[in-house]
Amino acid sequence: MYKILLQIARTGIRTEKPRPADAALRALAPRLSDDVLGLLGRALAIRHVDAGSCNGCELEIHATTNPYYNLEGLGIRFVASPRHADLLLVTGPVSRNMEEALRRTFDAMPGPKLVVAIGDCGCDGGVFGENYASRGRVANVIPVDIAVPGCPPEPAAIVQGILTAVTSATRA
Amino acid sequence: MHLPVAGLKTESLPGATPAWRVRCDAGQWLEACEAVAAAGGRLAALWASDERDLHGGYSAHALLVAHEGLLWLELPVADAATGYPDLSATFPCAKRMQRAAFDLVGLGALSRAGTRPDARGWLRHGAWTVDTHPLCRDLALDERLAPGDPRYAFVAVEGDGVHEIAVGPVHAGIIEPGHFHFSVVGERVLRLEQRLGYKHKGIEKRFESLSLAEGARLVGRVSGDSTVAYAWAYAMALESMAHAQPGARALRLRALLLERERVANHLGDLGHIGNDGGLAVGLAQFSRLKEDLLRTNAALFGHRYLMDRVVPGGVAIDIDDRGSERILAEADRLEAELRIMRAIYYDHAGLQDRCIGCGRLAPRTAALLGVVGLAARASGHAMDARAYPGFAPYDEFAPEIASHRNGDVAARIVVRFEEILASLQLERRLLQGMPAGSTRIPFAEPPAGACGLGWVEGWRGEVLIALQAGADGRVRRCHPHDPSWQNWPALEYAVLGNIVPDFPLINKSFNLSYAGADL
Repeated sequence: MYKILLQIARTGIRTEKPRPADAALRALAPRLSDDVLGLLGRALAIRHVDAGSCNGCELEIHATTNPYYNLEGLGIRFVASPRHADLLLVTGPVSRNMEEALRRTFDAMPGPKLVVAIGDCGCDGGVFGENYASRGRVANVIPVDIAVPGCPPEPAAIVQGILTAVTSATRA
Repeated sequence: MHLPVAGLKTESLPGATPAWRVRCDAGQWLEACEAVAAAGGRLAALWASDERDLHGGYSAHALLVAHEGLLWLELPVADAATGYPDLSATFPCAKRMQRAAFDLVGLGALSRAGTRPDARGWLRHGAWTVDTHPLCRDLALDERLAPGDPRYAFVAVEGDGVHEIAVGPVHAGIIEPGHFHFSVVGERVLRLEQRLGYKHKGIEKRFESLSLAEGARLVGRVSGDSTVAYAWAYAMALESMAHAQPGARALRLRALLLERERVANHLGDLGHIGNDGGLAVGLAQFSRLKEDLLRTNAALFGHRYLMDRVVPGGVAIDIDDRGSERILAEADRLEAELRIMRAIYYDHAGLQDRCIGCGRLAPRTAALLGVVGLAARASGHAMDARAYPGFAPYDEFAPEIASHRNGDVAARIVVRFEEILASLQLERRLLQGMPAGSTRIPFAEPPAGACGLGWVEGWRGEVLIALQAGADGRVRRCHPHDPSWQNWPALEYAVLGNIVPDFPLINKSFNLSYAGADL
């Protein structure tokens, strides 16, 4: 036990300040009123669905929870059921084999709900595009509020996209 | 390469990896596979192609690993209904590859009795019908296919007290999609059946719409966590077709990037395995160490995961003395921290209790299933393409191969620790006396019909690329092969007799790619 405590003490606090919200990431006009956003604050529950990514975006989403970005420290956490979630974080071009699962996950979420598409593939289909097996961008299947480009987008950009989704339109 | 098969004359392929290619008939196809298996060889990959524009029919392709190197068998088949001889009796890992090949091209494996060993779809799900085959050349890439029957017959386990747990495709964490069908008694797993293919997004068809040069970007996104291994294997295949040999500096830089990819992924896995084993501090510490490494990658090479840094002809990056010093300093710091974390992991009774004896893949099972890479090394098989065949520059920089006999979660942890230390040592050796010279060479476009193979040991296992050139520098056919094809079925065995709550831990200890095998 002392080895663990010593290592924690030696490591110290590494958390950095997140980037401010950026209105340029909005794919849709804000759908939630300031009142709802005020209630939600940053006590946000996120459900992640990989709809067909190369898994690069998953690596960076994982990284948002490391001590540097410390997403949970902002009050934001990943949950195991869409029924507990306020926000859906989607990666990948949507494969036809995942289209129904993605739709069902979205439908299972209680309103009001938000959707953030992650990565070039989620934003516009990326290098895979649309084809016999791929529906392309996430917005082709469900409504997307925020689109975060990048291949993959860095963790700070993902956190920024999530924060933008829950920031009042009058501020971002 | 000589095989005791009448009339089989193999042709050597040039390039960085010892490889041969031969066209055969159905009899030779089976005999060659049995000869390779009898000599201790294995099946590395299997796929099919539509060759109606060339010889009026289809081809089945098998890539075998024999003592001498790789053997690429091509079996032309005039009529798709004739099929090709089923290899699953010799190589059980052929089963899913054969099903995928049928879904894509319509060429099926037939047993000696003339039946298909498993006629259920693998990749198609409900996205297209059983008699549509999207990789055929008469269908366009963006063809709108009529949906097929999405139903799937899982094997039913019956008996007193047996019940089923169906998980996925969407899982309860930040994980790729796939379906796991457990049959359990109480908490003990009697059987696990995986159903994958959810991420199928037409990668092989997409390759055929690209030039050979453009393919390099797509191949780096087959499985994002192994982008360096894929990019290198693709470059190796293309350079073999073009008779090009990148310079010594470029090869050393490629190895440096590959080792950094290995270290980054192993660090991430050690953190997640610790977390799934109940030691959350492990995740906090290892994810910090991984982040430090990724930031160095971004600062020195312009990308955290090193995508598009290995390119045909060489590398798209270089390193100066200051960069070298930074990596060397990082290696020393990381090694010191790793030794601290290793002491914590090896001393922690709770973690030991979860990991020792859990999810055991016996060496014999691993051999039967043709398991490769890290999972094979943790189950007593010291195979590593860096050591054998030892593609350049690893012929000069042979790594110490970490291996373990127990085949359990703990063994896969040990192998990861050992491999990180070995990779850090390799980084130091690669940077010492780095030769001067160009980092990228120009090369001539390979002629239509040229074939090349790439074989690179990624962090998970061997990544293979089989590439064929079309006219005007286009890709005619590209088959990328992920080690997960071989290792996914092994997970079905490793989990037997364990309790359901240990599945996430066992699964994490393998950490296989869904994207890489769904294509």
